[in-house]
Amino acid sequence: MPALTPGQPQGVAPTDIGRETLKPITFVLNGKRTSVRVHPMKRLLDVLREDCHLTGTKEGCGEGECGACTVVVDGRAVNACLVPIAQVRLATVTTIEGLKARHPLQRAFAEQGGAQCGICTPGMVMAAIALGPHPTLEEVRTGLAGNLCRCTGYMGIYRAIKAGTRRNSRKSEIGIRDSGFGVRAGPQAAPARRGAQDPRRKK
Amino acid sequence: MRTAISPLHLLHPRSLGDALRLLRAEGPLVPLAGCTDVYVGLNFGTLDDTRFLDIWHLEGLRGIERREGVLRIGALTTYTDIIASPLVRRHLPMLVSAAREIGAIQIQNRGTIGGNISNGSPAGDTLPVLAVSEALVELRSLDWTRKVPFASFFTGYRKNVMRPDELITAIEIPTVEGVQFFRKVGTRAAQSISKVVIAGVRAAHPRISFGSVAPTVIRVPRTEAALAAGASMPDAQRILQTEIAPIDDIRSTAAYRRRVAANLLADFWAGTD
Repeated sequence: MPALTPGQPQGVAPTDIGRETLKPITFVLNGKRTSVRVHPMKRLLDVLREDCHLTGTKEGCGEGECGACTVVVDGRAVNACLVPIAQVRLATVTTIEGLKARHPLQRAFAEQGGAQCGICTPGMVMAAIALGPHPTLEEVRTGLAGNLCRCTGYMGIYRAIKAGTRRNSRKSEIGIRDSGFGVRAGPQAAPARRGAQDPRRKK
Repeated sequence: MRTAISPLHLLHPRSLGDALRLLRAEGPLVPLAGCTDVYVGLNFGTLDDTRFLDIWHLEGLRGIERREGVLRIGALTTYTDIIASPLVRRHLPMLVSAAREIGAIQIQNRGTIGGNISNGSPAGDTLPVLAVSEALVELRSLDWTRKVPFASFFTGYRKNVMRPDELITAIEIPTVEGVQFFRKVGTRAAQSISKVVIAGVRAAHPRISFGSVAPTVIRVPRTEAALAAGASMPDAQRILQTEIAPIDDIRSTAAYRRRVAANLLADFWAGTD
């Protein structure tokens, strides 16, 4: 993962918004404490891609219809195109890069024909991750109803999720729910779990 | 074409009191909750507003409780919270049905009931439920709290009685007696905006509300009265046609909506008998 240094704001004229409004916004990104100095209304999607250089999260429709930009914030799947970065302050964000290409679901998508052109795949995987271990087919259908795929016809995706969540249920429970900040970071933030990384303790 | 964000201002209140002070002193401001409507406009360059108030982190506006028969739902309560709530499941199951059919999981995790009301789309899926449950919308400003009956909240297409310095803080729903019904007709099960949506309560005097058939969500009092008096379904459907005013738009046609509204009325009546 590239180093995350607070950079110059991009596309923000200093005369339009005062320097004081560009306070660093800190959150946990794929397990690492991350600070960005960007316009507070910049979309989480754009911060991930442009400021954090994590381009695994794709933009499809830009209106919350297609799910290509799905990431997990405090344990819940959200459309990163509809989230201002100000609202992930102190939250835990997991993107496809956070799975480090080692998650059983990722291998299952490859093996089961769950990925073809690949644009929807990161969002599909992140929506599936948020379902937790051993979802029923009905839960998968409901949980992925907001993720559109024009290649697979979905059956390969359902097979992949069935295989990927069965293969190693412990490994598929990654630490995506804890902000690690010891505060409620959002409405669905779960209480901190033992062993969760606390970024305040770093340094 | 995305809206340039550089001219946009986002204010961060520390508390509800702070938010209400900012609305009074710095307004007009558009409150930002789950952003599922505002950011669609932002992403498509159709947003005219430039000043926003981030209220997403005001935890006091979130949560569901029931006291003395009144179900109180904080304005920032998400659809996911509503679906998971044992209180709502038990006392207002039609709201759970509505919440399950809004967008998909990603939208349900972010969209809020207060946002659905303030956005005020005639297709808003929770709105017919609130209409038939005779909810009160709690509005707060720096100086007062007032509770507006849902029936008098909307004054026209996306227009309501709120003053610029008021914030929706909660929805209060009295005990609903009778069998509850909700059904949405859209292009597909998830991610579709309603062509027609109905909520109903089957009681001695039935209550019926439709969305997407008029400039605002509406109750249909003459249809309700006819059914209460024992009218036949064809007669009730004829009366219904005089109470709705659907239009042709990108999602459907007026003729289709009239036909489906009549069918949904029959569906409600048969399904709650």
